Amino acid sequence: MKLTLQIWRQRDTKDPGHYETFEVDQLDVGMSLLEMLDRLNEQLVHEGKEAIAFDSDCRESICGTCGVNVNGRPHGPRPHVTSCMQRLRSFRDGETVRIEPLRSGAFPVRKDLVVDRSGLDRIIAAGGTVALPAGTAPDSDAVGVGHDQVERALDFAACIGCGACVSACPNGAAVLFTGAKVAHLSMLPIPAIEKVPRAEHMVAAMEDEFGPCSQYGECALVCPQNVPLTAIAFLQKERLKSLLHPRV
Amino acid sequence: MTNSTLPNTATAMTTPPPPSAAPGVMVGSQLNARIPDGDPETAWLRRRQEYRVVNPANRKKFTVAVVGTGLAGAGAAAALAELGFEVHAFCYQDSPRRAHSIAAQGGINAARARKVDNDSLYRFVVDTVKGGDFRGREAEAYRLGQESVRVIDHMNAIGAPFAREYGGALATRSFGGVQVSRTYYTRGQTGQQLQLSAYQQLMRQVQAGTVKLHPRTEMLDLIMEDGAARGVIVRDLVTGEIHAQVADAVILATGGYGTVYYLSTLAVGCNASAAWRAHRLGAYLGNPSMVQFHPTCLPVMTPWQSKTILMSESLRNDGRMWVPLKPGDERAPGDIPEAERDYYLERKYPAYGNLSPRDISSRAGKEQIDSGHGVGPMHNATYLDLADAIKRLGANTIWERYSNLLEMYRIAVGEDPMQVPIRIAPNTHYTMGGLWVDYNLMSSIPGLFVGGEANSSYHGANRLGANSLLSASVDGWFVLPYAVMDYLAGRLGQARPALDSTAVLSAFERAQARTEALLQVRGTRTPAEFHKQLGNYLWEGCGLNRSDKSLKTAIGQIRALRSEFWQDVLVTGKGLGVNQTLEKAGRVADFLELAELLCVDALDRDESCGAHFRIEHQAAGEAVRDDDHWMFASAWATTAPLDFATNPTLRFTRHAEPLHYTNIQPARRNYQ
Ligand SMILES: Cc1cc2nc3c(=O)[nH]c(=O)nc-3n(C[C@H](O)[C@H](O)[C@H](O)COP(=O)(O)OP(=O)(O)OC[C@H]3O[C@@H](n4cnc5c(N)ncnc54)[C@H](O)[C@@H]3O)c2cc1C
Repeated sequence: MKLTLQIWRQRDTKDPGHYETFEVDQLDVGMSLLEMLDRLNEQLVHEGKEAIAFDSDCRESICGTCGVNVNGRPHGPRPHVTSCMQRLRSFRDGETVRIEPLRSGAFPVRKDLVVDRSGLDRIIAAGGTVALPAGTAPDSDAVGVGHDQVERALDFAACIGCGACVSACPNGAAVLFTGAKVAHLSMLPIPAIEKVPRAEHMVAAMEDEFGPCSQYGECALVCPQNVPLTAIAFLQKERLKSLLHPRV
Repeated sequence: MTNSTLPNTATAMTTPPPPSAAPGVMVGSQLNARIPDGDPETAWLRRRQEYRVVNPANRKKFTVAVVGTGLAGAGAAAALAELGFEVHAFCYQDSPRRAHSIAAQGGINAARARKVDNDSLYRFVVDTVKGGDFRGREAEAYRLGQESVRVIDHMNAIGAPFAREYGGALATRSFGGVQVSRTYYTRGQTGQQLQLSAYQQLMRQVQAGTVKLHPRTEMLDLIMEDGAARGVIVRDLVTGEIHAQVADAVILATGGYGTVYYLSTLAVGCNASAAWRAHRLGAYLGNPSMVQFHPTCLPVMTPWQSKTILMSESLRNDGRMWVPLKPGDERAPGDIPEAERDYYLERKYPAYGNLSPRDISSRAGKEQIDSGHGVGPMHNATYLDLADAIKRLGANTIWERYSNLLEMYRIAVGEDPMQVPIRIAPNTHYTMGGLWVDYNLMSSIPGLFVGGEANSSYHGANRLGANSLLSASVDGWFVLPYAVMDYLAGRLGQARPALDSTAVLSAFERAQARTEALLQVRGTRTPAEFHKQLGNYLWEGCGLNRSDKSLKTAIGQIRALRSEFWQDVLVTGKGLGVNQTLEKAGRVADFLELAELLCVDALDRDESCGAHFRIEHQAAGEAVRDDDHWMFASAWATTAPLDFATNPTLRFTRHAEPLHYTNIQPARRNYQ
């Protein structure tokens, strides 16, 4: 298999950046998108050139480190699959493929395909936490939780924080990400104790760095974990409640 | 037997540690692991009573550097910050949430023993110690079981949505090698949920200003003053700048080093660098050759494959493993009639069959592949066939049971496992070995603590499934806070090294020189090429099966490869800015040294135990231990000039920590 790759190169955050074209052939359709980049990088280093910088770690779709836009689509052509699990069999032989970083105003490019997603960490730090020091937790069997309730919480807790939702959104909103955390923690009895201040603080941190939601729903279409779009409604509901409550 | 009475029998080595079968190895001293005397069941309680505490008003005066933000590191950093200490937390990923703990699937054990299936703390300890084939510490297994109760409660309270029964109580499942049900889980993503919960608590302290977070930062060296650890030298992976962080104590929680084999179930960034640099500065390395291989990984499908994804072992409940009887049979699996198939596990181990333990199943699979029976395009796998189960239980039931795994397989391989048998192969998974620590999790360098998979505690020669999420959590949340505070209490009023002290400058210069040296070789082979080659040598020489011959061959190959590396490695780009080729080169350079010691340890340990399988010591395919001579943990010292920018000759000394069993008597495993 043969592909023409147009890959975004950018020296550092200040560099305006540009696309560079590479022809790669003798590809195996079973290779992952990132293994193709590995191979290209080996070739570049052999030629004395700098490797294309890109992020990845677990390479089994759970750590959320990887993520590139492929032909304008976060993670790649196969929906709900991280870049590391995208296989070349999704492409046509001879196709031109454009690979660029997860684009978003909130994700400055550090180099080539590497972006800074620390804004997401700041949303969590603002309130996606539980004020409970080590050792002080009550017996977890003493506080019962329904079977379906935890399963529902897990649908939201499954978010891998890859940022694809932000990149897919025309406004660069992080509401699916934030809503997923708010929903997850509100559904569990002990974390739910803080749900009012949590929503308020997380939304404030989110609005500091990310765009507003216009309900396009693009975010859920690319989410590798299929985080339900209802996370957004959840966020709006919790936020309304937090506005009704006096500050704590 | 109850274990409340004080034990009166103790089993220990009957003879002093034997001389080494590995050429050039020096036999060192016997180590004291500072385990409290007396009943191991009450040891932890008694030790906690002895520990000193630091007055809350004084805690701000102490700085602790925590390297690693997995379950062990995030837990320790958050807990110490909650207590009021100043913490600096480091990880190489762009966010602390992404540590490889996130990839664990199956679950976490706990000795809560609420049901009437007759589980108990004692049974947990027996399973852990037996699972480790009597090469781990009994008192630590007790601590693991005792603290497991608080781990579950804490994780539950901070947001881990553990599976629940319809009545609301925590649900459990059974896991390999255990007859009771004590594994807590969140679907097939337990590690993710525990890791995210720990990460959130870490971020809470970051928000509070008590933890200073350094993501995308790699530890390169350890600052030592007067023989004690007093900080770390790190490289900012974005700017490329190298800087020093002084501290009163350092915690390494940098995870496992299975990536030394190149292919493994670990993340591609997992590395041994922090641990290995600390080792070169004097921290002993415990049982480095004790590595667990997992029988059901996705096989290698292209020469470019960068890792082997784990397929949960649970599939073996319904899948039958087989290979064609005829070597090199190229027919599609469906075209091979029943009579021409070899269900090798059922044939060799009729009692346990497809559910034989991990190491036995892994070795049996490799034996088939090596003898030419391997299947798939690269002839490097065996079949795990669900067809009989689908016929018996129906496709719906099977799909419901394993849908997430089967879907992952479908995406990765492009075949439908409901129609065609799954191809699997054994691969590297978990390192029981790691930096040697005493019972207080302190290494042989004062002030340097090690938690989680990075240390060699708890698991002996083989880790029981679902016990390592537990050990990382216990270390982080419920051991290190006590032990580190005790250590700091003894340092009240003492200063940290100044940034321009010799201690800091010498470490800084070492790290700087190493980085420059790697950039200057300008040879012809990439770091990844060296890494792959090293992986092949290790897999053949020190993998599932080890022999005197294979290990000696591997040692020679590794030494030669290391000297080629320092003459021929090619790193493009510069030291400043993002340079992933440089990062990789540094990690591979350390792997090339660690790999030699891994083989030396395996050659030295002239017995089989747990995952360490010396073909010279077996009975019907089972590991045969030699308790008379080898009932001790090896703790290795490496002596070589302290220069990380060249390829010095490494000299090894094996120290020994004798192991004592009081409540549990050593016995031999039998699965036939
Ligand atoms: C696929 C898979 C499935 C598993 N399933 C289970 C299971 O079901 N049950 C179970 O009990 N165990 C399981 N395990 C094992 C278990 O997940 C690990 O042993 C455990 O999570 C390790 O935690 P840790 O905190 O020690 O290390 P990790 O979570 O690996 O964290 C290491 C940290 O160190 C940092 N780091 C490393 N090197 C450096 C450096 N040089 N400089 C700076 N930072 C550095 C990393 O950034 C990271 O933050 C599984 C393991 C794998 C690979």
